[in-house]
Amino acid sequence: MTQWERFLDTFFNAAVLAKYTPAILQGVWVTVWLSVLIVLAGIGLGVALAVIRSFGWRLASFAIVVFADVMRAVPPLVLILIVFFGLPNAGIFLSSFFVLFVVLALVLAAFAEEIVWAGITSVDKGQWEAARSTGLGFGQSLAFVVLPQALRMGIPPLTNRAIAITKMTALGTVIGVPDILNQATTAQSFSGNASPLMLAAVVYVALFLPLVILSRWLENRFAWRKA
Amino acid sequence: MDRIIQQFFNVEIMIAAWPMLLDGLGVTLLLCLAVIPLGLAGGLLAALGSLARSRWVRLPTIFFVDFFRAVPPLVLLIFIYAGLPFAGLRISPFTAVVIGFFLNNSAYYGEIFRAGIQSVGFGQTEAARSTGLTATQTLAHVVLPQAVRNVLPDLLSNTIEVVKLTSLASVVSLGELLHAADMARSVTYNASPIVLAALVYLILLWPFVRLVSRFGRGLGA
Amino acid sequence: MTADVEAAQATPSLEVRGLHKSFGTVEVLKGVDLTVAHREMVFVLGPSGSGKSTMLRCCNRLEEPDSGLILLEGDPVTGKGVNLNAIRQRIGMVFQAFNLYPHLNARKNVTLALRKVRGMSRDEADARAMEALTRVGLADKSENHPSELSGGQQQRVAIARALALEPQVMLFDEPTSALDPELVGDVLAVMREVKAAGMTMLVVSHEMKFAREAADRVIFMDQGRIVEQGPPERIFGAPEHDRTRAFLSRVTGD
Ligand SMILES: Nc1ncnc2c1ncn2[C@@H]1O[C@H](COP(=O)(O)OP(=O)(O)OP(=O)(O)O)[C@@H](O)[C@H]1O
Ligand SMILES: [Mg+2]
Repeated sequence: MTQWERFLDTFFNAAVLAKYTPAILQGVWVTVWLSVLIVLAGIGLGVALAVIRSFGWRLASFAIVVFADVMRAVPPLVLILIVFFGLPNAGIFLSSFFVLFVVLALVLAAFAEEIVWAGITSVDKGQWEAARSTGLGFGQSLAFVVLPQALRMGIPPLTNRAIAITKMTALGTVIGVPDILNQATTAQSFSGNASPLMLAAVVYVALFLPLVILSRWLENRFAWRKA
Repeated sequence: MDRIIQQFFNVEIMIAAWPMLLDGLGVTLLLCLAVIPLGLAGGLLAALGSLARSRWVRLPTIFFVDFFRAVPPLVLLIFIYAGLPFAGLRISPFTAVVIGFFLNNSAYYGEIFRAGIQSVGFGQTEAARSTGLTATQTLAHVVLPQAVRNVLPDLLSNTIEVVKLTSLASVVSLGELLHAADMARSVTYNASPIVLAALVYLILLWPFVRLVSRFGRGLGA
Repeated sequence: MTADVEAAQATPSLEVRGLHKSFGTVEVLKGVDLTVAHREMVFVLGPSGSGKSTMLRCCNRLEEPDSGLILLEGDPVTGKGVNLNAIRQRIGMVFQAFNLYPHLNARKNVTLALRKVRGMSRDEADARAMEALTRVGLADKSENHPSELSGGQQQRVAIARALALEPQVMLFDEPTSALDPELVGDVLAVMREVKAAGMTMLVVSHEMKFAREAADRVIFMDQGRIVEQGPPERIFGAPEHDRTRAFLSRVTGD
């Protein structure tokens, strides 16, 4: 075998690929499904928390800040392991899929809350005043005038963060979620061949590259003018 | 309730695990020390490349950046650690982690530096060049200082992410903080060591997380 | 007078010959010839888009000419093998938007090129910078950052930045058009002082009154060409070309 043939045999072995592609495709389903759930729940919760915070109730705001800070300071993998290995011993049994979903959704919620809150605070005071002067209440001003602007400003960073966190679904491998990476590493150890890993990498790029390009486009589109 | 405290906040177990975690923390810090400067340097190169006039430099650099922003870091890490030995390359977990992080971080820092450089008006470059500064001097003394200042919050926030990501090294058995805590967990059948690790990360990173939030307040202004 | 000195004075300070420049398919400069003598202040007028800025920026090659020859004190500015950064220190430039470095205070704005291009020591550069800032009347603002200065003060710092390199020619591209009217006078006063000290100056500006009083010669450009030139009294008093007349009546409003 020449070097090149050996390389092909190791990373692009047709027989191995044929055998394990179905498993990896199943992993794609798991990864995509999980990602969609995480993005919906995480951003929804994050926006809700930012809105609650804007009402300025001391205790609620404090709790939200603590939550957001902890979730942003502690590595997601650490959180995943705590929940996954700790809860069963405390008598609570959750599936690995559910653990991964909850942890990553909460992490995304923390980042989303901060992004949306930063957006709300940076909307010009004149916007509030104009809205209130036309007789809109606080909640209405927030909902119809301020929040739309805050969200628009937040679109590029939210997109980036959502991509970064959905990529972390690969962490599910560690606790046995049958996602793409998990299927690939399993296949790799059964087959003794690196092709499944290569396929997994290709699949991830195929899934996420369009999103990365989308985020680049959004960033140009919504670029914040700096003075 | 008692069971939860036993399971997550067992002080005795935490104290027993502490020396192990301390060793792990040392490795984590060492890893950061290697990975952050490398990422910053790679990022700067990536930024310059993605702004280059020649498309033969620009397009491949942009592809590099987008590619490594698309690959999950854990996939990259496992690919390097478990995949490359198949190609006859034997590397230590530490090297694997450093290589993986270099590729991933260069892409992320690269995007930040690029945005920073683009935020500096072209008049700055013209003024500098009109006084006889070379292109490199202009970059070093006029453009970069402003670029870095403009994106300081993003650089800081990405650096927090890098420190957090070093926990992935535990998956390839590098004995950093999380790995140490997980070893202690598997010996004690108790999650307290990992909670302790979480506290260490929290203490280490919380001030910076606050700082990033503070920066955020001026957002868009 | 010795022959040497005579020869030196016969050489113009700045000489532009057959300058052409296109952006894409649009030819912006269609063959510009221009000489500026030592100590002369030449004013360039012309409608928007006539190529004034482009011509000025070609002189220190911020814009790369397509063809033509530019000489500074007889030394080539254009052509291969020219040490551009060396020649640029000899040509000062003042921009409409000031382009001060916002991260550096006024003094450091001036010393940067002195240190990095001239290789001066810190003390030497500081002394030179203070001298230049004193000339523009801003010695007391040396430690202020640009954001703490008014537009007029910023532009004077920018002039000091160029002056400190002791250039042989200074180029001004609409130095006062970004300023509030009440700040224009300070900048013009500094320019007058610079001229009195013997500087050779090429100025693009719409300050007609200043041109009338201070300029040695006025050039009128239109559509990428120099249409006519002469002493200010003649250009303003008795312009020969219709286009000049039309332009002048438009800007002076009579
Ligand atoms: N970098 C460029 N790329 C393309 N076109 C340009 C560029 N710079 C200038 N132009 C065009 O060249 C023409 C001349 O521009 P220039 O700035 O020299 O005019 P000007 O006489 O200085 O006008 P103004 O009085 O408005 O400053 C204009 O039509 C302008 O649109
Ligand atoms: Mg102009």
